[in-house]
Amino acid sequence: MTAPADRPPVEDQIAQWRAYLRRRRAIDGPDVEELEGHLRDALAGLTASGLAEDEAFLVAVKRMGSLDALSREFAREHSNRLWKQLVIAPDDAEESGTAARTETLVVLGLAVAAALAIKVPALFGLRLSPDDELPPFYARNASLFVLPLLTVYFVWKRGLDVVSGLWLALPFAAGAVFANVYPFRTGGDTEVLTALHLPIALWLAVGFAYVRGRWFADGGRMNFVRFSGELAIYYVLIALGGGVLTGFTFMMFAAIEMNAEWFVAGWLIPCGAMGAVIIASWLVEAKQSVIENMAPVLTRLFTPLFTILLLVFLATMAWTGRPIDVERGVLIGFDLLLVVVVGLVLYAASARRPEAPPDFFDALQLLLVVSALAVDALALAAIAARISEFGFTPNRVAALGENLILLVNLGWSARLYARFLRDRAPFAVLERWQIAYLPVYSIWAAFVALIFPPVFGYR
Amino acid sequence: MDLGKDLVAASATPLVLAILAEGDSYGYAIIKRVTELSGGHLQWTDGMLYPVLHRLERQRLVSAKWSASDNGRQRKYYRITKEGRAQLAAQRRQWQAVDDTLRGIWMKACTA
Repeated sequence: MTAPADRPPVEDQIAQWRAYLRRRRAIDGPDVEELEGHLRDALAGLTASGLAEDEAFLVAVKRMGSLDALSREFAREHSNRLWKQLVIAPDDAEESGTAARTETLVVLGLAVAAALAIKVPALFGLRLSPDDELPPFYARNASLFVLPLLTVYFVWKRGLDVVSGLWLALPFAAGAVFANVYPFRTGGDTEVLTALHLPIALWLAVGFAYVRGRWFADGGRMNFVRFSGELAIYYVLIALGGGVLTGFTFMMFAAIEMNAEWFVAGWLIPCGAMGAVIIASWLVEAKQSVIENMAPVLTRLFTPLFTILLLVFLATMAWTGRPIDVERGVLIGFDLLLVVVVGLVLYAASARRPEAPPDFFDALQLLLVVSALAVDALALAAIAARISEFGFTPNRVAALGENLILLVNLGWSARLYARFLRDRAPFAVLERWQIAYLPVYSIWAAFVALIFPPVFGYR
Repeated sequence: MDLGKDLVAASATPLVLAILAEGDSYGYAIIKRVTELSGGHLQWTDGMLYPVLHRLERQRLVSAKWSASDNGRQRKYYRITKEGRAQLAAQRRQWQAVDDTLRGIWMKACTA
């Protein structure tokens, strides 16, 4: 930082000191003002007694006390302030209030844009109303209303150049074109598959914007994994709140004998669901440090429970000899189960200090992975049997592919975990494997969403 | 001679209240007054005064108001409240009791 010539150097020192003070979460704006006023009074007093300005600054700062001790005292007196971390924009850099305000405006603008975007098709006769069935157009395009806006937010926030931004528009444009020009049979399997897989494929584009286009730079991808998990947590929390709001809307208008259904189904839920994605992302971005502990805590809680579930399930299957009944719902269910297991492994990895030695929890993770592998093998066998008996359908092939992808991931993870537990390899290898594997999910999802429909004749 | 940490902490409340009982004041002036009154024996870390003031404000023993100072900056002025004065009187009696007790035993030690 270079000082303008007409500004005394002590002003820069004070500005720096103030910036340090601002970073302390327990000390808020007016307190910083008050403390700065004190510092200036002390400076004036010391220079009046004959000290040079820079000497006076040193003495005054020393008398003020160490910032650590000070913020500890403030935290003790103002413990209620720490919750604010949840809603106030970042204060880690020397960012002024205006930057935070700009971000708030951008976020609100994007959230409103997402909420309005979902209403645009209604202008063309595709109405969202409780009386009609949901037009399949909405299911196919759900992610296209909000993910481009979320990408815009990260392009803006990370300061990506326009060219990269335009490249990122490509996958969305492709998704929009294919999802809408394919002549799907209404309610057909391929249409459902496209609707389910397109968001997963496009999430990778959001990830590219999130890591500032530097997919392979250090730590970026892991941060994106954390972001995705915490976004899910925040989103669920917001959705719960939205549910309460919906309940009250019904209740209050019913009390004056009016039916609020058209508003709730046509506006509140679709607009809220879209806007909430942006708001939740912003909350995660703004205050990562607070909830950062949420995903790991959930991981610790559910790893043992899922391990028990899988082991009990395997034991029951072995005991009763009942085969897995292959239906669409069951196939999706087993795929989701494996996704949860991969998620547990991923978040355990993201929260772990890579240099820590193996402990009991790592052994438990290995047990989880191995039992998931066993269940996956059984599900695969069931799907393969079904295919050899009744031939290929889009659902079975999609489920088969997803199963294989997860099987490869879990198999290799199990091997790396075992090596790590025997002290043969550092934990970082496992983490690298998990993050290197991330694009595979999206690429397969893109494949299912875009290639399956023509291959299977849009049925 | 420097006072122990606990004693400094314990004396902070009555001292701040007593100084504010002399008239409205602000942080820097309060610190200066403390140094002046104690002849330099009571050295506070300047910043630590503010959490104390904020606690007193929360307990409604003092009230605070921002207003412009003579150098043009906004400054937070503190004023003792009625409850503050009552609290000061109570603290004064307590410290008096401590002082009397100690004085008694030290007088005895001197004359023995």
